[in-house]
Amino acid sequence: MTSQYDIAIIGGGNAALCAAMTAAEKGAKVVILETAPKAYRGGNSRHTRNFRCMHSAPLGPLVDGYGEHEYFDDLLKVTGGKTDETLARLAIRTSEECLPWMEEHGVRFQPSLSGTLSLARTNAFFMGGGKSLVNAYYRTAEKLGVSVLYEANVTNLELDRDRITRIDYTHEGEAKHLEPSAVIVASGGFQADTEWLTRAWGPAAKNFLIRGTPYNRGVVLADLLGQGVQSVGDPTQCHAVAIDGRAPKFDGGIVTRLDCVPFSIVVNKEADRFYDEGEDVWPKRYAIWGRLVANQPDQIGYVIIDSKSLELFMPSVFPPIKADTLEELAGKMGLPEANLVETVKTFNAACGDTSGFHPTELDGVKTSGINIPKTNWARPIDEPPFYGYSLRTGVTFTYLGLKVDENAQCSTESGPIQNLWAAGEIMAGSILGQGYLAGFGMTIGTVFGRIAGREAANHAN
Amino acid sequence: MQTDLLQEARRQVEICNACRYCEGYCSVFPALHQERFFSDANLTQLANLCHNCRGCYYACQYTAPHEFDLNLPKALAEVRQDSWESFAWPAPLARRFQKSGVMIALTTILAFALLFLAFRTLGAAGGVGFYAVLSHSAMVAIFLPAFLFPLASIAVSLRRYWQETDGKPVTPSQIVDAFGSAAKMKNLAGGHGDGCNFEDEDRFSQARRHAHQAVMYGFLLCFASTSAGTILHYVFDMPAPYPLWSLPKLLGIPGGILMVIGTVMLASLKLKADRSLGAPSAWGGEMGFILLLFLVALSGLLLYALGSTAAMPALLAIHLGSVLSFFLLTPYTKMAHGFYRLAALVRDEQRKSAG
Repeated sequence: MTSQYDIAIIGGGNAALCAAMTAAEKGAKVVILETAPKAYRGGNSRHTRNFRCMHSAPLGPLVDGYGEHEYFDDLLKVTGGKTDETLARLAIRTSEECLPWMEEHGVRFQPSLSGTLSLARTNAFFMGGGKSLVNAYYRTAEKLGVSVLYEANVTNLELDRDRITRIDYTHEGEAKHLEPSAVIVASGGFQADTEWLTRAWGPAAKNFLIRGTPYNRGVVLADLLGQGVQSVGDPTQCHAVAIDGRAPKFDGGIVTRLDCVPFSIVVNKEADRFYDEGEDVWPKRYAIWGRLVANQPDQIGYVIIDSKSLELFMPSVFPPIKADTLEELAGKMGLPEANLVETVKTFNAACGDTSGFHPTELDGVKTSGINIPKTNWARPIDEPPFYGYSLRTGVTFTYLGLKVDENAQCSTESGPIQNLWAAGEIMAGSILGQGYLAGFGMTIGTVFGRIAGREAANHAN
Repeated sequence: MQTDLLQEARRQVEICNACRYCEGYCSVFPALHQERFFSDANLTQLANLCHNCRGCYYACQYTAPHEFDLNLPKALAEVRQDSWESFAWPAPLARRFQKSGVMIALTTILAFALLFLAFRTLGAAGGVGFYAVLSHSAMVAIFLPAFLFPLASIAVSLRRYWQETDGKPVTPSQIVDAFGSAAKMKNLAGGHGDGCNFEDEDRFSQARRHAHQAVMYGFLLCFASTSAGTILHYVFDMPAPYPLWSLPKLLGIPGGILMVIGTVMLASLKLKADRSLGAPSAWGGEMGFILLLFLVALSGLLLYALGSTAAMPALLAIHLGSVLSFFLLTPYTKMAHGFYRLAALVRDEQRKSAG
């Protein structure tokens, strides 16, 4: 059977849409197989908010300049050198031409959001956030003649030596298949598959929350890896941050973040502190706290602040638990009362001169004489009312993915697969070996989505 | 005001305040992001600042079926509607009309009947033209109170609004900026200038903005036309009817045409739009008000076109009756939104200048 489509794209987020629009503009007949229902289309892209973009002079909403060298340096810092330099530089260099392309395809930008001024030079913010970008791209794609199937669950890509010969999927309760001449996978990581996460991380992963879409279950990724498609990235690792412990299991997104750790003490369920809360400014430390909390009993932490710190950080979605005494707070949060009081007393006694306190820079206001020091912003917790938040590990994405070349093409040990390309989170592990750089996921998705679309269309023509 | 509506709006804006993705769409979000805790007064001001452009709803990753179930345009529309009812004077009238197109229609029909009765009983008293049907002094006797009463009522309401939202003494530049925003309907431009989301889900379009401006400018032209006629009558001793090349006609005819086009567009857009993103209970009242404006404009144009035919007395009764109904209901219908919106825009200028 010959398919009515030249190209099938698996996934419905930013990378998939960029690929679809690019291929359709080159004349290919394209179908998007999105596993989510329409209301939840767009994968993790619907939770994003900006695009990290190189630029030599002010560009759109971006001020000043942000050159390749500095951009690559920033990437090296967060990945600790775990990156593929060729692919990384390709993503960085191409990002500049992407911004006007995005505008042409319906994306609108806005000035840097309040509370994010530090990103005004490097990151272009989407007006309305990632879901509005996704909406605009679906409108543009549909105008270009791209077909979209929602709730289309791809179960298998049939790999015959160096070609994908068939796509099996279910749609509207029926098993179906397609035989397009080219296939692009842009279906994200596997973080929503708790079992897989548990195999990779250990039983602790059951208590992790997933910050993004519940639809990134890695079905296609597992299918391709099982057939010998080459992988990249550490299968046991995921990007995780500490978020509000009351967040929903999936899809809590941006509003569940908690920025108050530097002004707090953080204790585990025994009411003991376990790490320096003031090690560095929060944007540089929030990612390690996902891991720190994951290593505590029951994978939970508790942030304690007092009234003088309440307005020093961005508000989050759930109001803090409030109490007039530490005993009452311990009771409300299910912590051992006596030990919480003791921990706070010990911490308070270790605080010194706090006159140099400065909430937005490393102020060197530190504790002395305790085993776990706090090296900045160390002020005693002594002004009621007291406030508490619970902290859990929130997984952003997994690093394990498909290895691709500069054309976004996938391969097996015996060489390239002639008609398979990958874009977005599913191949981001090539460039992000560890860590994360704000807005870089959208850059990878846009750059490699467009490359995959171009290559697949060339192949189909 | 109803605490459950306020509580729901508070729940939603606290989530918005933790997200901030919509900051660029309109004036609501910068105002919202400046607060950390939301008093009833904050919520009332945000609700009246909201133009219901719906950009935030379609961009939101937390709308149903997500468990956060955000629908900010609706939550603010309900608080806004409720605030108008609570500020209106006298209050019982407001509750009757704001939500009910039927009540608006009944009032209009009563106004027709009143005019017909006036034609019968008061008569011409020797006038010509329209005044051959009803004398000028009788018209003034009916319309002067019908004009002044709503103004007094609106003044009371705005004073209540200003007290509730802790408004400060107003400066000329605040007025200029607020009227400038309304003149361009900046808050329906979507921040990027592509317009708002209304008739076709997340597609941005200028249709509603243009329709609204046609009605608004059409209405202002008609109002200017009536004012010009009043001045010609009293100052220059030039009573109606006026020829085509006269100020009242040159203002009134384009004004009436704009209003007819604008109200037809607004009504058709309103039929296509998702009702659950506004205050569903007010839909009938809003539609009734649009139709009343349409009737005012259309009957005015017809009266001009057919003024010298036998249809004139009937058309005059319909036109004057609909105008009478429009005036009397101004404080209690969607018409009031213009006054509250301007007050909210001025109040927002004060917030901005206070930093």
